[in-house]
Amino acid sequence: MSARRLARRAAAGFAAAALAGLAALLAFGYRSGGDDADGAPALQATAEHAARGAYLARAGNCAACHTARGGAAYAGGRGIATPFGTVYASNITPDADTGIGRWTSTDFWRAMHHGRSKDGRLLYPAFPYTSYTRVGREDTDAILAFLKTQVAPVRQANRPHAVRFPYDSQLALAAWRGLFFRPGGFEPDAARAVDWNRGAYLVQGLGHCSACHAARNVLGASSAPAALGGGLIPAQDWYAPSLAAADQAGVADWPIEAVVALLREGISPHGSVLGPMAEVVQSSTQHLSDSDLRAVATYLKALPPVAAGTVPSQVVPPDPDRMQRGARVYEKRCADCHGDAGQGAPGAYPALAGNRAVTMEPPVNVIRVVLAGGFPPSTGGNPRPYGMPPFGTELSDADVAAVVSFIRSSWGNAGSAVGPRQVDRLRRTAAE
Amino acid sequence: MLPAALRPLVPWVVAAILPHAAWAADPRAAPVKVPDTLAQRVVACTACHGTEGRTAPDAYYPRIAGKPAGYLYNQLLNFREGRRHYAPMTWMVDPLSNDYLREIASHFASLDLPYAAPVGGPAPAALMEQGRRLVREGDRARDLPACANCHGEAMMGAQPAIPGLLGLPRDYVNAQFGAWRTGLRRAHPPDCMAQVAKRLTVEEIAAISTWLAAQPVPPGAKPAPRAAAPLPIDCGGVAP
Repeated sequence: MSARRLARRAAAGFAAAALAGLAALLAFGYRSGGDDADGAPALQATAEHAARGAYLARAGNCAACHTARGGAAYAGGRGIATPFGTVYASNITPDADTGIGRWTSTDFWRAMHHGRSKDGRLLYPAFPYTSYTRVGREDTDAILAFLKTQVAPVRQANRPHAVRFPYDSQLALAAWRGLFFRPGGFEPDAARAVDWNRGAYLVQGLGHCSACHAARNVLGASSAPAALGGGLIPAQDWYAPSLAAADQAGVADWPIEAVVALLREGISPHGSVLGPMAEVVQSSTQHLSDSDLRAVATYLKALPPVAAGTVPSQVVPPDPDRMQRGARVYEKRCADCHGDAGQGAPGAYPALAGNRAVTMEPPVNVIRVVLAGGFPPSTGGNPRPYGMPPFGTELSDADVAAVVSFIRSSWGNAGSAVGPRQVDRLRRTAAE
Repeated sequence: MLPAALRPLVPWVVAAILPHAAWAADPRAAPVKVPDTLAQRVVACTACHGTEGRTAPDAYYPRIAGKPAGYLYNQLLNFREGRRHYAPMTWMVDPLSNDYLREIASHFASLDLPYAAPVGGPAPAALMEQGRRLVREGDRARDLPACANCHGEAMMGAQPAIPGLLGLPRDYVNAQFGAWRTGLRRAHPPDCMAQVAKRLTVEEIAAISTWLAAQPVPPGAKPAPRAAAPLPIDCGGVAP
């Protein structure tokens, strides 16, 4: 056999194998969750059940996506921008025709656990069933009991998704599931304490923290969700920092009370939240019980530590001109609140010296905060937060780049310089 | 930056945390002490709306100082709930509670600050007269109430929720009429200003905004204690 024929045959064999693999993948993706016979008893919907479900719906922050701005609670319609198009959250009020009024316990379980709708359609993973698949049946039943008995039915048809070809097909979703999704459950680790396990269940399940705090691959799948290693939030230009890395948002060294305070109040002596996490704290974590927050904190503190992503030799400090320009801007615009040495005002304005949000890579969050300002969330523990003015209208790209470079390189901070082009790129999304 | 607010927010991706590690701050630098006042808490607002909420008349941003608290509160809710669209405003109010927004509204409503003199060059007399007539008299034949019917004879608004019309930049007034006509700005239904704006021509809007922006505000002018009853048109947004 000539080498050429051999190669041709090998190629044909490879193609056949690839086709067979694809077929298997699609079959797997289609099948999973489609044959879930209903052996479960009818839904229990006592008041106690529903109250438990209301709490769990908070933990999963269901309302955040399933409520449009200014719209009726849980009636859907909010657009979720993804790199593949916009996915519109569905109506999960108990309206019989447009909501989930006719859904059984099994229908809801299939959506949460398998990512399939009542009619068998494969759901977009913008709905984080890749996390919710770890939520137990008792909890999904409680959430459904809440939605069906405590939420007002709203007649509002679901808005069709605006997802681009080829991602808009069930075939694509089947392939995606074959590659990236296996229905799972939560397996407690017997070697760990009860609160660590409870924390793991909440963080990996309803909390769906990995939806933001883990990087996504080109097909939008979280590559290592359990590691919570941080990632750019798709289509939003916020960076959700690593919850494991000591130079990002790892909390291994924080007192547990500080972690609990951050999640409950949005502000703590060791940190405060702004941006997308402000919404999480406001509508979800501040409502969690003390024991659940401690469990989450216990789990996060015990994440396997990750070495700093940036080593000192990689840091590119700003040149003296940019530093001087930044120092002038800082003195005029920033020092009154953040202090002449970046020391901050406890309870009001965070310190910038030693602040990981200032120095971490990529620097998108700190640039956006300078451009757009903003408030931490109003919470029970911090009902009247101090806000930061937007400087995007007053400062040029060069001034923003200079002042960000300055605070990243002063008072012991060691972050790389930021250039005007990075600022310009973020202006477009700074206040969204 | 403009109707970027129209671009949907992206809530499933909820989680950018900004950890502020305070312990590494220079131990020699004493913490900054800031006043425990509402004025200090809302410096984010005065950055655009001017020191103490009294914007410069040549700016786009409207003055908020001294406007009725109910009106200001309604506007904050409108931004948060998508009835008004200006991305930087939505961004600011998004994480804030109703109670806090009400307090912020009351704070700016309580400020009693003098108005700057109107600016702008001379306008054609015919345009000014057309503006004056529409503001003062309306146009009964076209079912157009006079602005002063609701916004007060002094055009300083009325408690608790009708805004004053003086001391506003002309461009701001024009932009609001445009937004009402296209449905970009809305109020609680029935949306009376949307109806009024749709009955006006572009030329009439220019006349109204030009005349209003040229009026000086008398010292001590304040919103009327209550609105005329009944209003000449149904307005859902006037409830406190």
